[in-house]
Amino acid sequence: MDVLLLLGDGMLLSLQPLNLMMILIGVTLGLFIGAMPGLGSVNGVAILLPVTFLVPPGSAIIFLAAIYYGAMYGGAVSSITLGIPGASTAVATTFDGRPLAKQGRASLALVTAALASFIGGTVANVLFTLFAPLLASVALSFGPPEVFALMLLAFATFVGLGGDDIPKTIFSICFGLVLGAVGFDQISGAPRLVLFDYNGFLQGIGFLVLAIGVYGIGEMLWTIDQTRGDVTATTPKMTVKGMASDTKEAAKRGWKGTMIGSFLGFFVGVLPAAGATPGSLMSYGVAKMVSRNPDEFGKGSPDGVAAPEAANNSASTGSMLPMLTLGIPGSPTTAILLGGMVIWGLVPGPRLFVDEQEFVWGLIGSFYISNVAALLINLAFIPVFIWMLRMPFTILAPMIFVLSITGGYAATRDMFDIWLIVGFGIGAFFMRKFDYPLAPAVLAIVLGPIAEPTLRQSLLLSSGDPSIFFTRPVAGPITVIALILIFMPLVKVIRRQMGKRKKPAS
Amino acid sequence: MRVGELLTAGFLALLSLYLMWKSTELPIGYIAGTGPGGGAWPFWLSAIMLVCCVCVAFNWWRGTSPPSQSEEPVLDSHGWRSLIFVGGGIIAFVALVSIISMYGAIAVFLFYYVWFLGRHGLILSLSISLITPVALFFFFEGAMQITMPSGLPFTDPVFNFLYEIIY
Repeated sequence: MDVLLLLGDGMLLSLQPLNLMMILIGVTLGLFIGAMPGLGSVNGVAILLPVTFLVPPGSAIIFLAAIYYGAMYGGAVSSITLGIPGASTAVATTFDGRPLAKQGRASLALVTAALASFIGGTVANVLFTLFAPLLASVALSFGPPEVFALMLLAFATFVGLGGDDIPKTIFSICFGLVLGAVGFDQISGAPRLVLFDYNGFLQGIGFLVLAIGVYGIGEMLWTIDQTRGDVTATTPKMTVKGMASDTKEAAKRGWKGTMIGSFLGFFVGVLPAAGATPGSLMSYGVAKMVSRNPDEFGKGSPDGVAAPEAANNSASTGSMLPMLTLGIPGSPTTAILLGGMVIWGLVPGPRLFVDEQEFVWGLIGSFYISNVAALLINLAFIPVFIWMLRMPFTILAPMIFVLSITGGYAATRDMFDIWLIVGFGIGAFFMRKFDYPLAPAVLAIVLGPIAEPTLRQSLLLSSGDPSIFFTRPVAGPITVIALILIFMPLVKVIRRQMGKRKKPAS
Repeated sequence: MRVGELLTAGFLALLSLYLMWKSTELPIGYIAGTGPGGGAWPFWLSAIMLVCCVCVAFNWWRGTSPPSQSEEPVLDSHGWRSLIFVGGGIIAFVALVSIISMYGAIAVFLFYYVWFLGRHGLILSLSISLITPVALFFFFEGAMQITMPSGLPFTDPVFNFLYEIIY
């Protein structure tokens, strides 16, 4: 009951004119920043952090949290309309969002993404409100072996996502992980994999460089080649009636993915260092696994859009939990929020809920309001996003190339990265020709820098004994599930081969 | 496609070997007291990549993967032409950034693509290629405060004029 009273006070606080204005401006800015390839919630929050010193700390964090919310909604827009995931959290959205857009059903994909994001955010808010202290203690019990086991589970999901050609999928995962290792060894600080001894590689290869190269350049070259330059532009219609029927269809065909993403995303988001990317990916994998029509996934399934979108929104709220209760940021964006709180004179940690009740509950209340505002603003802008798809392909394609190059530069401010983007794009075009799945590489480059140090720390803890991943109560079951998921497709292939051999014999 | 699949696997196997060799610049074994060496992670991952390439080649030999069964060329004349015109256009765009600035390069690339490849009218092509870089300038430099490359000094007067509008 106390919680509900405190939440009510928090909501009233966030509905005060200044705070409400902050929410509306923040969500709208976040939506457009998130929709821009190369820019995500991190950029939005970091760039607008100085602006917040003009308002009280409560309004400031509400503004930044609203940007975070808006950007998580906006990430789906570029994934669906342009086929370029603006952030790693939206990679899984491209798997089914882009095919839907190509079928002229971008409106269904965008509505599904918006609704799933809203439900994901709402479920996360309720879980956050009710179980914050309890979940914080669970998160704290995750040591390096548990985090590595979780990463292994994410990689296991990739094997299921990659299709039938398992060697090519595993190659893609390992390639992404090796690219993530370029630069410096995180533990010793020594330069590592400085390819061809070129100094540009010392700064490492970022996720965006590979993602923009693969999706912004490679995918477009592939589309131009496949369609012989004659892309029949989908002309999605945008009417109130059409949107209502899309909403109905999204609710009917996307509810399962939404539920999976909402809960799974939150629990993965709560874990320090895990974040929304593995959450969205695992949700996609689980939604595919439990679906009655798994073959629809990758070809335009609303469940395939709903699961990662619900998960990344849910995880973004979840990642606030360790930040507020333990002072540990769960994602790069929450790390900046944490910095902001310190600047405003607030000390994140267990005492925050006691010492700064008004601030904390005002923030939690604003999550609910921001979520509603983000849904409404997002739905209102869907016709604008759809309009982009009506452009002739010979205008849309160069625009995507320009956004890829400018977005890539904006993220790192380094021309070397732009050349890498072009190189990866052309390489991805040829690899796609030979059926190498590229999404696992893009996701592996994000998770590699989390997986490697946790593996090394775990082995150091156990003096090199890998049984540490099986004997710990939390890590053990996760590792076993991951191994089953990795070997299941292999067993399927072997059984299929044996079946083929038996047939001619019979 | 059949030959291409094998050549790609061979190229990727060579890349894997190169990455394995490069990883050995740091220790790849277990070091007592400090854990696995800095090169262990990329070395063993590259080794798995090499094994995967061998498996791809084996599948090619058995003819189980779709590309290994296909007799189509990897790229026909149209494919090569579009790759050269579009891919070459992108490379030229990036090369021009350090000479005529990011926004100048955007204008040239958009005009080349929309007018020459897209075969749209001159007025539409010019409008798109001029309005887009200006809009991006105000978005990046003004709103996001991200400075894009401004090219060689001869572009300074244009930038000075635009910066005066922002600041």
